[in-house]
Amino acid sequence: MRVRRQSRVRFVASSRIAVAATALILLGGCVPGVLDPAGPIGAGERTILLNSLVIMLGIVVPTIIAAAGFAWWFRAGNEKATYRPDWSYSGKLELLVWSVPLLVVIFLAGMTWIGSHQLDPFRPIQSTKRPIRVQVVSLNWKWVFIYPDQGVATVNRLVMPIGTPVNFEITSGTVMNSFFIPQLGSQIYAMPGMRAKLSLQADRPGSYRGLSAHYSGEGFADMVFRAEAVSPAAFQSWAQSLRGRGGLLDDRAYLALARKEETSRPGYWGSVSPNLFDAAVAQAGVPVHKVEHHGRERL
Amino acid sequence: MSAAPAHSRPGGDPHNLGHGDVPISERGPAPKRIVVAYGFWIFLLSDFILFSGFFAAYAVLAKETAGGPAGRDIFDLPLVAWETAFLLLSSFACGMAAIATTAKSVRWFQVSMAVTALFGAAFLACELYEFVHLIGEGNGPSRSAFLSAFFALVGCHGLHVTLGMLWLTTMMAQVWAKGFRDDIVRRIACFALFWHALDIIWVALFTVVYLLGSAA
Amino acid sequence: MFGKLSWQSIPWEEPIPLVAASVVLLIGAGVLAWVWRRGYVPYLWREWITSVDHKRIGIMYCIFAMVMLLRGFSDALLMRSQQAMAMGNEGYLPPDHYDQVFTAHGVIMIFFVAMPFMIGLMNFAVPLQLGVRDVAFPTLNNVSFWLTASGALLINISLVVGEFAKTGWVVYPPLSEIRFSPGVGVDYYLWALQISGVGTLLSGVNLVTTILKMRAPGMGYTRMPMFCWTTLATNLLIVAAFPILTATLAMLTLDRYLGFHFFTNELGGNAMMFVNLIWAWGHPEVYILVLPAFGVFSEVVSTFSGKPLFGYRSMIVATMVICLLSFMVWLHHFFTMGAGADVNGFFGVATMIIAVPTGVKVFNWIFTMYGGRIRFTTPMLYSVGFMCSFVIGGMTGVLLAVPPADFVLHNSLFLVAHFHNIVIPAVLFGAFAGYQYWFPKAFGFTLDEKWGKRGFWCWITGFYLAFMPLYILGLQGMTRRLQHYDVPEWQMYLWVAGIGALFIAAGIACQIIQLFVSIRNREALKDTTGDPWDGRSLEWVTTSPPPAFNFAVLPNVQGEEAYWSVKAEAKEKGELSKRPKYEAFEMPRNSPTGIVTAFFSTAIGFALIWHIWWLAIVGFFGAWATFVVFAWRDETEYEVSAEEARRLDDERRRAKAAMVGLPQDQIA
Repeated sequence: MRVRRQSRVRFVASSRIAVAATALILLGGCVPGVLDPAGPIGAGERTILLNSLVIMLGIVVPTIIAAAGFAWWFRAGNEKATYRPDWSYSGKLELLVWSVPLLVVIFLAGMTWIGSHQLDPFRPIQSTKRPIRVQVVSLNWKWVFIYPDQGVATVNRLVMPIGTPVNFEITSGTVMNSFFIPQLGSQIYAMPGMRAKLSLQADRPGSYRGLSAHYSGEGFADMVFRAEAVSPAAFQSWAQSLRGRGGLLDDRAYLALARKEETSRPGYWGSVSPNLFDAAVAQAGVPVHKVEHHGRERL
Repeated sequence: MSAAPAHSRPGGDPHNLGHGDVPISERGPAPKRIVVAYGFWIFLLSDFILFSGFFAAYAVLAKETAGGPAGRDIFDLPLVAWETAFLLLSSFACGMAAIATTAKSVRWFQVSMAVTALFGAAFLACELYEFVHLIGEGNGPSRSAFLSAFFALVGCHGLHVTLGMLWLTTMMAQVWAKGFRDDIVRRIACFALFWHALDIIWVALFTVVYLLGSAA
Repeated sequence: MFGKLSWQSIPWEEPIPLVAASVVLLIGAGVLAWVWRRGYVPYLWREWITSVDHKRIGIMYCIFAMVMLLRGFSDALLMRSQQAMAMGNEGYLPPDHYDQVFTAHGVIMIFFVAMPFMIGLMNFAVPLQLGVRDVAFPTLNNVSFWLTASGALLINISLVVGEFAKTGWVVYPPLSEIRFSPGVGVDYYLWALQISGVGTLLSGVNLVTTILKMRAPGMGYTRMPMFCWTTLATNLLIVAAFPILTATLAMLTLDRYLGFHFFTNELGGNAMMFVNLIWAWGHPEVYILVLPAFGVFSEVVSTFSGKPLFGYRSMIVATMVICLLSFMVWLHHFFTMGAGADVNGFFGVATMIIAVPTGVKVFNWIFTMYGGRIRFTTPMLYSVGFMCSFVIGGMTGVLLAVPPADFVLHNSLFLVAHFHNIVIPAVLFGAFAGYQYWFPKAFGFTLDEKWGKRGFWCWITGFYLAFMPLYILGLQGMTRRLQHYDVPEWQMYLWVAGIGALFIAAGIACQIIQLFVSIRNREALKDTTGDPWDGRSLEWVTTSPPPAFNFAVLPNVQGEEAYWSVKAEAKEKGELSKRPKYEAFEMPRNSPTGIVTAFFSTAIGFALIWHIWWLAIVGFFGAWATFVVFAWRDETEYEVSAEEARRLDDERRRAKAAMVGLPQDQIA
């Protein structure tokens, strides 16, 4: 009984340490990141992240203290420490060292299993609002966003209504990338020839940093976009205002963009040729063809 | 908890049936013959894993014909049957060479090895014919992912057989020059293991690629 | 005639690689000239380069790893300084160069620092601990070493001839395919790793066979020192995992050279298959690196606590469980590929289960210290530093194994911090602890403690400064491999990380000074007993350095901690064990096979990279001819006479008698 109470005390103490550590990280991290989510997916992921962290700190902190403490107490110069040169086995301790991590892992495993299902990127967010569809194509080194229902498209600028699920379909027109808006949660690979699905939602208006989280070549560092969450009304009027303005994103415009091996200023198209996304999935990587001279790519 | 010496246990280890008082694991280093063959087995197991990589790739890509031919369109089963027969016969001859080695008969060793090489060469000739024929028809490895995986898997086996032939002829020359020296006998044993292992892989390959591929 | 190779293949316009290469060449030429002038060449050739002695080969592996550590670490300094500067500007390294630097850093640190260091320690210590005279295949051992060196040479050539891969260290296609990376960079990567991979595989076969078939009489499995067990587990992993790498890289090679479509975007290729295959090798690889380090810590903690390892059998079970599980978790490297909740959940849970045996190990080391009489030597400092830091890395590892958490942390600097938090405190500290621990055995004198401890404190401070900020940056959404960035708040953390790298540089400097100081004071630091640390396993039975044949008579093992019990008995009874009967025995002769093969394999690799086909063919037949010539030798062994064995063993017995305070006539 006493042992259990002690471990409870220790657990509480270490969770306090955990909270303090987290606060410290948060203070240090004045840049909004994954600990400052703006939507339900990001929030869910932060909860799981912090819960797992706290649970594990409960075992990790005592372990560090024990390692340092035993090492110090049993130093050769310490007369008070008892030397037990032959003590190398204890069935009870063996049971403890196997069962403590096992129990922690069983607990975490349960969380992991449930969390994996609840926050599966392919699972659409449940909502009373009709979701917005956005098709995402990664190119060297920019992001194209197609709004099939609105009939408009943008590059390096994603606009989404708050409080509304956005169902992304993601592919790559070039090599692998990863579509990621840290404050909204889940990233997923953009892969040539594949259609990944992801459902995200922003609950508060703002402009969030989006990026590719998978290295994709020389211009990778520039593969950044803004994800702007605005009110549904503002979103509607934004889409409305684009329609008819700007050019047409058809195969030719797409290929020209894909061949241009650099990032792009945020831009838009007022109309999109139908099935462009399907064509991008089918034609993955075709426009890019780098050359080498004497074994080197840059000369 | 330093244990009591196991050798002095009265009556010996009861679970160590038929192995005397000292357990095998405590009898000191094994003789060289055993060490060499054991090490070569470990190497062969790693080679099997190499092949399993190519098998896995084939399994993943078997349906990816990209509009090109599938297995049943291009496999020539009678030819493959001949190949299989050649390879199995060459393995049989290799077994004879091993017996000749045990009997210390240089003449029979050379004859058996020559037969092994002959059948090995016949196998390679069939495979080469198949490859050249396929490439000639525009069904080379660049045609589709399926054909890439096919050429790589079968070719990897063929490459092993080719290297085995090089090894085989080297062993013939060595026995001719040096006779059945201890280290040469150990090498012959390793070669025989290698040659039979290629048979095992061919059986798997024949089944997975040709038989299942033709049926599908 | 020379394929793609021409004068324009050399990056004349880039000062950094040119200057670096010139410096390296100058130093190399200087060392060579010095060696030549002092007349050391025949000695080096006879006693080291062609040596088949496992101890010499082990030492060469370690020296090689330390030299490559300097190369890999200078890449790290370049990256840290670039990122510290490149806020809103391009910094000083253009993307083309920066991308090569981070790829080279990863490849070199994993394949040419961590692996050879561990293989070196295993080679050196395992036959001694098993109480045998050499590994199962001594000449093959030499070949393995030189093939590893050959791969490293190719990578270093890429610094000035052509370019290195710009794809990241696991060269994901389609980026690494010819369409997106037509230069020779990826080819350098492929051939360097294939050649050194053969070397690694062969040493895996060698050590597995050695441990399973070559142990002193009485050395049953449950009497082997822990380091032998972890070595066994590691080498089983090498044998089982490296062929997967060989196959995977071969497929990518076929794609690039012969237009195959394994991983291409078109005609049915499947890049996801590459990702699966590379991690089916890559995850076991992590344990290939860390398990031997666990073994070193087990030896070090037990020796310097003056106690047997706590829960020895439990440790064996934990090691083998890790060995097995390491093949079942590869998918956690790409939860974000979208495999579905069931698959992700399964692999997440499987990954966490590995934390159980790993946790057991940590607890057992802690309980080994409990009730001990701990001497804080440098290796012990590294061990305690490891225990306290490693658990943090393990914890963040489990965090990353939770798929929903991974969805926001994948590929971020959090991940970079996590794996450096494993690789530095566990693998590198393990290597350093082993180096400090076995150095006296190898050379007959201990290393200077003062500089060793300074080195440790610099390393651990540098590690925390360099990598804790990266955890925070990862949580702020900073991804890895960024050549520049546009978030001003990140810069402060990157500066701190840069300062950490400087601390690590100071740590390396301390280690170099330590080596010089120790060599200068070698008389004062001499180990006359063969047992400077009051050791427990068989390597401390023999003299320091041991004779080529290690043991005049193979020790007869009577239980766990074979040497400790003999030593205790000698002290108790006041006499040494009975003089054994000496017999003549044979030892393998040295052979230049390894270096000649490596010469040809380097030629083959270089030829294939640059499409110089005739040279590749010449190289292949050269390598084959080398083996034939080797096979034709008539004299493969030399005899050590019973008198010689007796003479050397008398020396050893005199030293041991002096050590336990017995009169010298005792040895008779």
